[in-house]
Amino acid sequence: MYVLRRLPSLLATLFAVSLLTFLMTSLLPGDPALQILGAENATPEAIAAVRADLGLDDPLPVRYLHWIGDALTGDFGRSYRTNEPVSAAIIDRLPVTAEIGILAIVIALLIAIPVGMLSAYRAGTRTDKLISSTSFGLLAVPNFMVAIFLILIFAVWLGVLPATGWVNFTDDPVQNLRSALLPALSLAIAEMAVYTRLLRTDMIGTLQQDFVTMARVKGVSNRRILFRHALRPSSFSLMTVAGVQVGAIIGGSVVIETLFALPGVGRLLLEAVLVRDLLMVQGVALVIAVSYVVVNFTVDILYSYLDPRISHGRSTARV
Amino acid sequence: MDAVRQEFDPPPTAHGSTAQGEMTTPAPNLGAPHPGAPDSAGPVNGGAVTAVGGEAAPAARKKKRGYGLTFWLATIWLAVVLICAVFADLLPVQDPLTPDVINKLALPGPEHWLGTDGLGRDTLARLVHGARVSVTISVTAVAIGMVVGGFLGIISGFFRGKTETILMTIINIILAFPALVLLLVLLAFVGRSLVVISLIVGFLSIPIYTRVARATTLAVAEREFVRAARTMGAKNSRVLAREILPNVVLPVAAFGLVAMGVVIVLEGTLAFLGLSVQQPAPTWGGMIFDGKRYLSEAPHVVLIPSIAMFLTVLSLNLVGDALRTRFDVRGSNL
Amino acid sequence: MTTAPPLDGRANEPLLEVDDLRTYFDTPRGVVKAVDGVSLRVDRGKTLGIVGESGSGKTVLSRSIMNLLPKNNTIREGSVRFEGRELTTMKNKEMRTIWGAELAMILQDPMTSLNPVTKIGEQITESLGIHLGEKGKTAKAHAVELLKSVGIPAAERRLGEYPHQLSGGMRQRVTIAIALACGPKLLVADEPTTALDVTVQRQILDLLETQQHERNMGLIIITHDLGVVAGRADEIAVMYAGRIVERAPTRELFARTRMPYTEGLLKSIPRLHQPSHTRLAAIPGRPPDLVDPPAGCPFAPRCNYAQDKCLTETPVLAPHAAGHEAACHFPVGTSAGQEALARNLAAGRTAAGTPLDSTMTATAGAA
Repeated sequence: MYVLRRLPSLLATLFAVSLLTFLMTSLLPGDPALQILGAENATPEAIAAVRADLGLDDPLPVRYLHWIGDALTGDFGRSYRTNEPVSAAIIDRLPVTAEIGILAIVIALLIAIPVGMLSAYRAGTRTDKLISSTSFGLLAVPNFMVAIFLILIFAVWLGVLPATGWVNFTDDPVQNLRSALLPALSLAIAEMAVYTRLLRTDMIGTLQQDFVTMARVKGVSNRRILFRHALRPSSFSLMTVAGVQVGAIIGGSVVIETLFALPGVGRLLLEAVLVRDLLMVQGVALVIAVSYVVVNFTVDILYSYLDPRISHGRSTARV
Repeated sequence: MDAVRQEFDPPPTAHGSTAQGEMTTPAPNLGAPHPGAPDSAGPVNGGAVTAVGGEAAPAARKKKRGYGLTFWLATIWLAVVLICAVFADLLPVQDPLTPDVINKLALPGPEHWLGTDGLGRDTLARLVHGARVSVTISVTAVAIGMVVGGFLGIISGFFRGKTETILMTIINIILAFPALVLLLVLLAFVGRSLVVISLIVGFLSIPIYTRVARATTLAVAEREFVRAARTMGAKNSRVLAREILPNVVLPVAAFGLVAMGVVIVLEGTLAFLGLSVQQPAPTWGGMIFDGKRYLSEAPHVVLIPSIAMFLTVLSLNLVGDALRTRFDVRGSNL
Repeated sequence: MTTAPPLDGRANEPLLEVDDLRTYFDTPRGVVKAVDGVSLRVDRGKTLGIVGESGSGKTVLSRSIMNLLPKNNTIREGSVRFEGRELTTMKNKEMRTIWGAELAMILQDPMTSLNPVTKIGEQITESLGIHLGEKGKTAKAHAVELLKSVGIPAAERRLGEYPHQLSGGMRQRVTIAIALACGPKLLVADEPTTALDVTVQRQILDLLETQQHERNMGLIIITHDLGVVAGRADEIAVMYAGRIVERAPTRELFARTRMPYTEGLLKSIPRLHQPSHTRLAAIPGRPPDLVDPPAGCPFAPRCNYAQDKCLTETPVLAPHAAGHEAACHFPVGTSAGQEALARNLAAGRTAAGTPLDSTMTATAGAA
């Protein structure tokens, strides 16, 4: 099975990523013990005690093993700042980031697919040129800029959507969606542009293929050709790209959550970094990195399953 | 950075980019081959006419398009930005740091051509000096990335074998890690001066350039003239310098141009996170961040630096894309 | 070639009538005259072979007849009548009732003719659904029948497979099955065997012939290979530079070739009985640029018989025998032609400047 063959590579990557995360935070200047105690309480004995307690004097490999061992059981330690367990903080915030990210991709696809198809179908016409120029232009607009403009229009001028704040889905679904809309949209705009351009290029190529001519000459309607014949091969490329774009969304969520004051994982990371909350940084960074690797892996597997050209690659029956 | 990577590594079936909607083939209109493309007939084989003298199809030759108006406008804007960056101190603008609180949040007028910000500082001056930050960071970061990453990519693509495997494994691991996390941590712990930011971003972008350079090198090394040179006994160093390098530099540089836009945006993002160059030094990202709180009363404070940033990134994209289409090794028919 | 008896009163009407069809493309380089005045006729149950090299315009001709070309930058004149109905003015909506149901087409490369990510069964049942209204089990059973009729073993299993799981020959059979699914009256086969192995080529051509007889279909085979149509077409039209330059019933064409281009094509077919290392008799040069073709016969630069007249006056199709037309001022096998050839041989070059000697005019395989 394809999954089994790819599994070792996945595990190796996860290991490497966790190592990188650990090294990243452990090799930084500054003494964590000092951070925890604060300058006033930093007597040599206190420092030594904290260091022993956290195992900071152990050799690096040992520290790594301790950390990763704990992490695998879900124990990421406690935040210096709030003393809450890191894992609790992450679990609390992950759904927010995930919801925004997923919403962003969904919105982007919902718009990009018809627009991209239209652009490809009418390639070379004014419609197409307009769409292409617009998506090219949108690529140059940073997500925080989009966010600001959206806030300006919808929160300040029109007053229909909130500029900050978050309501949990479980508390009030409608309000939840209202608070998620602008952030998701801010992320979605850039995604939209990427998907539209990709789909357009891909479909133009597909539409020139012989099988499209053959479909036409079977008497199939244009719409059916677009959606059922041409879109299918192109959708696989879209899927791959969407997977890669998750990285961009993760990066974007840090800014967007900060801008909109959302209780998400991105903002958690940022705050932890700014106050040098080492264990929190390590934990959150690990979770983010692992999610990213796993998502890409999943997309990879899905792609190989769904695209018949690949999944049947080995099992051809040649008569 | 991921967005940039995305632009260059299109999935298998994508057919190359077209800059800004410029079509090189007319509308396919569902099916029929265009006469510009060679006849779909197969090779002329035994039993039919053997056309002595090569290709029979009277295909329309690929027209070398001149650079359009938008290209030149973009170049001009970039030149303006560059001049501002380099000669900021010499230009006849006001002092970007002097507050003029009475006149704060002023609209563009005779005294302050682009208005003032929340502390009454002249926007135009801050914009001009901010260009310096944007240009420095983007040029330094991209230069580091291109030189180091390009070098690594070329040698891994040229020598293949173990070198390539080891290098690319490391690169892929680094790329598997969301770059922003690394960036945030490094910046927060190491420092926030202009130099530090440029260096860190530069180093973090090396893996992407390695990948790009390798891909281009692979494509070039397969081409006939390189094989010919090697068969004639040219030493590796010679082949690298005379055949590979000139052909790899251009596509990578085109990619680098687009990457500069990404870095400029990155500075803006960092400003929003409080991790950009220390205040009160003016940066475009910082100006946008500062202006956000006045969004309802004086949106122009945010709008003006936003437009400047947008135009710069757009111009970089336009120029980079146009150059890429022109020099993309993988697309040409040599 | 025996044909089934006529099925209805319209049997004597031509199935397809093409009248002075012109198809020009407006390109940045100029107007490409891909099809420059072609007239054809195909009857029910008959096979027409259109022969020409790359660049002769035969692919554009097939697309033009089928009304498949893009509307922009395309100039079309002339008429294409299918069972008396004018196709050139039809809108897509109306064409869709004809495409698949009455007119069908198969293309050269079966790998690209089939949607790589859709199952075979679905690709067949699609037309069944559109034209015959068949769905579900009925459609599936019909699809199995079709696959069997084109000689695909284990038809049931094939329905659920994807194109890349079949060999090239199998795939082409599938495209034929799809094309014939709704019983069209005319099938246009554009280079149906070019992408296939030689051994498979014959099977496919045999299949086409069988199907044609069973259904009393009109068949147009477009190819660059005279050998493909030699034993199978009732009539052959030779195309060059967007025009038909010779047209005759098959036997007549081979026996009394008139156009030097056709002669060249015939000569270039290597024969088994020739000794090894016999030089391949090729026609030198290449087809002309279809943008603003020069005056005179388009074949003149490559023709052994070329005279001054050929450089200035474009020959028109003139009748030579029953059903045999050729466009040539100095046709092969006529006294005018022989004299022209002799003159050129003596001068060592043709009027167009092409060098000429007796080795080039030796008939290959004459023994």
